[in-house]
Amino acid sequence: MASSVVSSLQHAAAAGHRPLATRDADWVRYTLTAVALGFLALFLLLPLVAVFAEAFRRGIGAYFTALNDPDGMHALKLTLLTAAIAVPANLVFGVSAAWCIAKFNFPGKSLLITLIDLPFAVSPVISGLIFVLLFGAQGWLGHYLDAENPALPWLQAWLIEQDFKVIFAVPGIVLATVFVTFPFIARELIPLMQTQGNDEEYAAITLGASGWQTFWRVTLPNIKWGLFYGVILCNARAMGEFGAVSVVSGHIRGQTNTLPLHVEILYNEYQFVAAFAAASILALLALVTLVLKSLVEWAHARRHAADAAS
Amino acid sequence: MKLKSLIAALAGVALAGVAFAKPVELLNVSYDPTRELYVEYNAAFAKHWKAKTGDDVTVKQSHGGSGKQARSVIDGLPADVVTLALAGDIDAISKNARSLPANWQTRLPHNSSPYASTIVFLVRKGNPKTIKDWDDIVKPGVSVITPNPKTSGGARWNYLAAWEFAKRKLDSDDAAKGFVEKLYKNVPVLDSGARGSTTTFVQRGIGDVFLSWENEAFLAIKEFGADKFEIVVPSLSILAEPPVTVVDKNAKKHGTTEVAKAYLDYLYSDEGQDIAGRHFYRPTDPKAVAKYAAQFATVELFTIDQAFGGWAKAQKDHFDDGGTFDQIYLKK
Repeated sequence: MASSVVSSLQHAAAAGHRPLATRDADWVRYTLTAVALGFLALFLLLPLVAVFAEAFRRGIGAYFTALNDPDGMHALKLTLLTAAIAVPANLVFGVSAAWCIAKFNFPGKSLLITLIDLPFAVSPVISGLIFVLLFGAQGWLGHYLDAENPALPWLQAWLIEQDFKVIFAVPGIVLATVFVTFPFIARELIPLMQTQGNDEEYAAITLGASGWQTFWRVTLPNIKWGLFYGVILCNARAMGEFGAVSVVSGHIRGQTNTLPLHVEILYNEYQFVAAFAAASILALLALVTLVLKSLVEWAHARRHAADAAS
Repeated sequence: MKLKSLIAALAGVALAGVAFAKPVELLNVSYDPTRELYVEYNAAFAKHWKAKTGDDVTVKQSHGGSGKQARSVIDGLPADVVTLALAGDIDAISKNARSLPANWQTRLPHNSSPYASTIVFLVRKGNPKTIKDWDDIVKPGVSVITPNPKTSGGARWNYLAAWEFAKRKLDSDDAAKGFVEKLYKNVPVLDSGARGSTTTFVQRGIGDVFLSWENEAFLAIKEFGADKFEIVVPSLSILAEPPVTVVDKNAKKHGTTEVAKAYLDYLYSDEGQDIAGRHFYRPTDPKAVAKYAAQFATVELFTIDQAFGGWAKAQKDHFDDGGTFDQIYLKK
């Protein structure tokens, strides 16, 4: 009986019309759709269009002249470099953290979860200031470098010789970005791995797989889509981060400015076309990320459909 | 064969170029409104230095609120030279980072300030609130834009100019404090630097009057047209001297002491003074003063040494934690 109800529902769904009882009234459906679309247009589409309209206000020529600025190109490279370091670092960290938390029980587990969430909870400005406190000339590192009788004198001498700099230099920007984007991948994976449980891994190990084989052949395929999604979110934030990076950057043009900081500088210098041209590049990077995300979701849905059919 | 020798010759030229022209890099950490000034000045100096020594010099810039920039240098931003909005901020670097001597301000003429400026009012075209002098901006219902004196140099000059005006008119420090308190009641938003405030007033259209560096007010009019804003010069204002100095410790470390000194000296040259005048800073060299005299309104200017006994004292009395600014602003 039950199965016949289910199959008739499936049949109706397949035919493109659902039973009346599960349908909302037309006016409800249209109002909700209109509200959702209106909201999207107002808060997402309109600003995006505005950025591009402003960037192209003085024509395509002006747009490319504005982009072809050494400081701007440097900012773009620095942004890509930062993302290229921060995302893989957090990928490795996120997978291992999620693996530990979802598959094992150990003392201090909830503390680890709280720590992972910390960058979500603190304001990016604080995140930046943490690094100033640690690595600034008046911070721990600065005091160590200035110390008369330091612990490990050879280390001090080596650091001074190397002109070791963290903040107001590229390492600080990367560190701040890694910190801010820390939770994205781990947070995406933990619930997923928890719902999947350990059964498949147990089975693999029982059948003689090594730990690495189990991870590579069983766990990774299961979390693949969640992982992609986490990487994409992490990347978007890494390229767009403003607050924390602003604190540790020092704003040296052509040296420590990332694209978001560069946009602010241009805007404050009344170079609106250049500012919005740079912003449009940032938006384009975000759009590429979003397209990737949709592709991943689409592929995911197709796979599911295929699985269901088989 | 011909091509080969051409390539060899080219490589030789390139190598010779590398061998003779030493590329030098300087970092100039400056305050907010000097962005346009130093773009032009850096190019002029690079040309001058190349002609004089044959070396290529690139000057990197960092801009922000003067107090914030000083803080960054203290925290390790490797500035070879600082060109900030007021002496107090460079004093802070000397005191906290010990990277330049305490008497730095005596090393160059005019208190180490190659150019000066003052504080004026920028109002909307037609001056709809009929703002003429400091009295008019404390009236209820007048919205005033000025940055945060804790982080911005210009804002501290604004604050002190208003204070001195009230003190002369009302004859007491208490009355002056009340006057400044009324002024800050009229401020809807405190940006961290002068350029942020300019954007607030000019682009976001907030406020009736913007207490601005004279050069910043001229720049806003130049960028947005005289049909949108006008400058009102008050009866009394402050002589704002934005000083410059080499950060000895950093320059020594980078081996740039000589070029850093030359960079600042050249600000006092005919060309340096001319560029300052073109960017609406008041030059100090008599020749340039005469050339740009027509550009600036005559206004009675007092100095911080006369009125407040120098920056160290003014900073302590008014802007340090617990100073008069905290007293009036936290009360709100």
